[in-house]
Amino acid sequence: MKNNKTAQGILLNTIVIVVLFALFQALTAAFGGAGSFKLVLVPSLWQCCYLILLAASLNLVLGFLGQLSLGHCGFMAIGAYTAALLSLACERAGVFTDKSGAVYILIIFACILAAGLLAAVTGLLVGIPALRLKGDYLAIITLGFGMIIVNVINNLPFCGQDGLAQGSAAASLYKTGLGFGSKAKVTYLWIALLVTVLCVTLMFMFVRSKYGRAIRAIRDDEIAASASGINVSSYKVLTFTYSAFFAGVAGALYACATSSLSTASFAFTNAGILNSTFVVVMVVLGGMGSLTGSIVAAVIMFFVNYQIANGSWVAALPPFLNGVFKYPMLVYAVVLIVVIIFRPRGIFGTYEFSLINLAGDIRRARVRRAEAKAERKEAKAHA
Amino acid sequence: MSTFIQTVIVGLRLGSVYALIALGYTMVYGIIRLINFAHGDFIMVGGYTIIFTVPLALALGLPAWAAVLAAIAVCALVGMGTEIIAYRPVRKKGTNMSALITAIAMSLFLENLAQAIPAIGPNPKVADQMFTAGGFRIGSVTFEYTTVITIVISAVIMVVLYMFTQKTRLGRAMRCVSEDKAAATLMGINVNHTIILTFAIGSALAAVAALMYMAQYPRIYTTLGSDLGIKAFVSAVLGGIGIIPGAVLGGFVVGLFESFTTSYISSSLSDAVVFLILIVVLLLKPAGIMGKNVGEKV
Amino acid sequence: MPDQERIPVLETRKLGISFGGLKAVSDFNIQIYQGELVGLIGPNGAGKTTVFNLLTGVYEPTEGTVLLNGVPLNGKKTHQFVAAGIARTFQNIRLFGQMSVIENVKAAFTKDIKYNLLDASLRTKKFRQAEQEMTDKAMELLRIFHLEEAADLPASSLPYGRQRKLEIARALATDMKVLLLDEPAAGMNPTETAELLECINTIRDRFGIAILLIEHDMSLVMNVCERIQVIDYGVTIASGLPEEIASNPRVIAAYLGE
Repeated sequence: MKNNKTAQGILLNTIVIVVLFALFQALTAAFGGAGSFKLVLVPSLWQCCYLILLAASLNLVLGFLGQLSLGHCGFMAIGAYTAALLSLACERAGVFTDKSGAVYILIIFACILAAGLLAAVTGLLVGIPALRLKGDYLAIITLGFGMIIVNVINNLPFCGQDGLAQGSAAASLYKTGLGFGSKAKVTYLWIALLVTVLCVTLMFMFVRSKYGRAIRAIRDDEIAASASGINVSSYKVLTFTYSAFFAGVAGALYACATSSLSTASFAFTNAGILNSTFVVVMVVLGGMGSLTGSIVAAVIMFFVNYQIANGSWVAALPPFLNGVFKYPMLVYAVVLIVVIIFRPRGIFGTYEFSLINLAGDIRRARVRRAEAKAERKEAKAHA
Repeated sequence: MSTFIQTVIVGLRLGSVYALIALGYTMVYGIIRLINFAHGDFIMVGGYTIIFTVPLALALGLPAWAAVLAAIAVCALVGMGTEIIAYRPVRKKGTNMSALITAIAMSLFLENLAQAIPAIGPNPKVADQMFTAGGFRIGSVTFEYTTVITIVISAVIMVVLYMFTQKTRLGRAMRCVSEDKAAATLMGINVNHTIILTFAIGSALAAVAALMYMAQYPRIYTTLGSDLGIKAFVSAVLGGIGIIPGAVLGGFVVGLFESFTTSYISSSLSDAVVFLILIVVLLLKPAGIMGKNVGEKV
Repeated sequence: MPDQERIPVLETRKLGISFGGLKAVSDFNIQIYQGELVGLIGPNGAGKTTVFNLLTGVYEPTEGTVLLNGVPLNGKKTHQFVAAGIARTFQNIRLFGQMSVIENVKAAFTKDIKYNLLDASLRTKKFRQAEQEMTDKAMELLRIFHLEEAADLPASSLPYGRQRKLEIARALATDMKVLLLDEPAAGMNPTETAELLECINTIRDRFGIAILLIEHDMSLVMNVCERIQVIDYGVTIASGLPEEIASNPRVIAAYLGE
């Protein structure tokens, strides 16, 4: 019976994804050339894709394994630089000349995979020593490793501080390597969507297997986990590595969506939104231990950030409030504190959305609401 | 030889500033087992307060450094406010991790709030001269007054603080709370008041550190706290977090390492070296130089 | 009496540990044979839990050896002790609080599940079979402890007595040869205790395992254990049949104070 359900679930999800994608393709065909579609919606989707991957992958470590890692963007940086450098190398070796054709698509996928793998290797190398520590110490040591990764990249002769460039500060990535212009972003959007769906699926499969059970056990009680035969340190390192892989993939998608790379984008904190702290904000907001939550939070935070950066309502605010929105991290810091105080488990807690259980979830939610209502009535009656 | 001595002196000066800040980290960690990420930003708060109150101090006929009194008051208030508004509610119902995340959020909040305040803004501000300029020479080594004052004041504060925790009633209460909150409550100690007092003292030390720092580098910017804070934090962990003499030792170790890296290797590497030391120490002796490894009770 | 020719399932030789010069346990020797139920008793702070921590690799002994079926386990980690066949419960219950009851049991099957990351990612037949088998086995264990209808509740929502039972069920899921129970009846009322003892007897008969039980309630141990070992200040002061122990003057002195 259970087996049947797995098969049904896979079938159902695949159908829904295919239908949604077909719908999306139809829309693209209809509005593909139109300005706001090309200039706003598609770039937004690209951003959402890598934010989702970042948040979901950090959630594996933060929410499921229960370890605070503050250097997640370091792995993203490795992914981004790997993908960009590899694409530049291919271009210079003459593997492709213009940004189209089957070979180019193959190279994009190769870059994304290489980005994930190199980030995973780094994750392994960082994780083995770092994960011997716990709690506050782990947070600090991952922060340190994150800084060191960024420092090392800065000091590599071919990466450089002012952006990825050959000799000059020109944004060569954009011209010759990955780095898609707005038209290419529309053309290759399917790659971003496909990679994201694939990676999120892999993460779901991971948490819904013995791996997920083992790491949640470690989160809840490390000593009891090892007394239940779980090899705590190897599961920790495995999860950390796996998470780094997806951060690397997110980095590759980022490299595709931007014209030049700068390590300042991957720091612990900065004026933008791509930093390790912002990823923590997304995970906590969505719910530590809910991939669904991370996905939703990534989209919400992207939207909020977009509104803060571009919304006309911000400019219409009185000067002081306007000034507040110039520093979005201020707003996110407040959001983070409020969420932790009033909803410590995040929006979704550990709830996971599942198409096949949707009907049951709605029914249970209804029952709960009815019960709550009845209770309130009763309380009122008592009063 | 004179370079060597000069480097040592610079290291001691840096170290005494780090030690002052590290004391704040260590005291708070000792009492509520929380890395107060926002502590570094208290220095920034203190720095700006000093900048804004120096004209006032001068108008009153006081020396410029008297502005530190205002900074001490403001920092203590900010520290206590942080504890009451953010940390205490989270500590009551959250896990260690949510407390730590709140601390990170507080740090971001203070930094970005400072940038959003028009009078401060994102650009660095330059401070006035804090102490008399000049110095004296012994042999071929120059001792600047600022350096001497920094080292002496820091040393005095550290000794006073140590005496305070060891000899006074409040100090004993602090140590009780850090050992066992429940038992402290049973002994009639008001745990919340003690924690607030700890925050006040720790933050006040950050204000003094701000003065010492500005005396040497009269440039204040909003992320100063993160930069200084992280090194001070490394000092606290290095010496053994939660241990007051450990913080002082750690501060001097980090200060000397930084000063030697800067003058003998490269200044751009000094941060990386500091972090490398941290990683090595954490891996070899996680509880720090003066700390004892305590396993979890089964 | 156990057959002297057989190899004991669990044996310790001159086991000891000191913390900073203080000898918490010294010269601890015990042999437990298959199917036996042995009690380890002693006054508060005698070192009973320390012995358990030594027997499960939580602490590394400063002297002596733990042997399982004659194989020494020196230098192994806790999860390797479990893999070898020693499982335990804790004095202060340690469940995976946020996980459901059945997941608590399933987590303990982790080490015996053979599928890899690729199987899990592709949901292969191997994966589905393994998961199905594990669910069945977990439900079976829950049924023994009458926890099957609570399978999907969060473990932390169970009442105290049932949490204890779940902890035992989880320990059984590791497929062990020796089960160490650390004060399983602590904080239980007489009815719950009686029920628990019945459970312990059932699992011993059904799984044919050896059980070592810590208790400081003497009367309880006297009733169920076949042999008893008494320690005080980390040193064995007596061992033998319940009736011998009950009349041993050193035991009485240790319990009543000299």
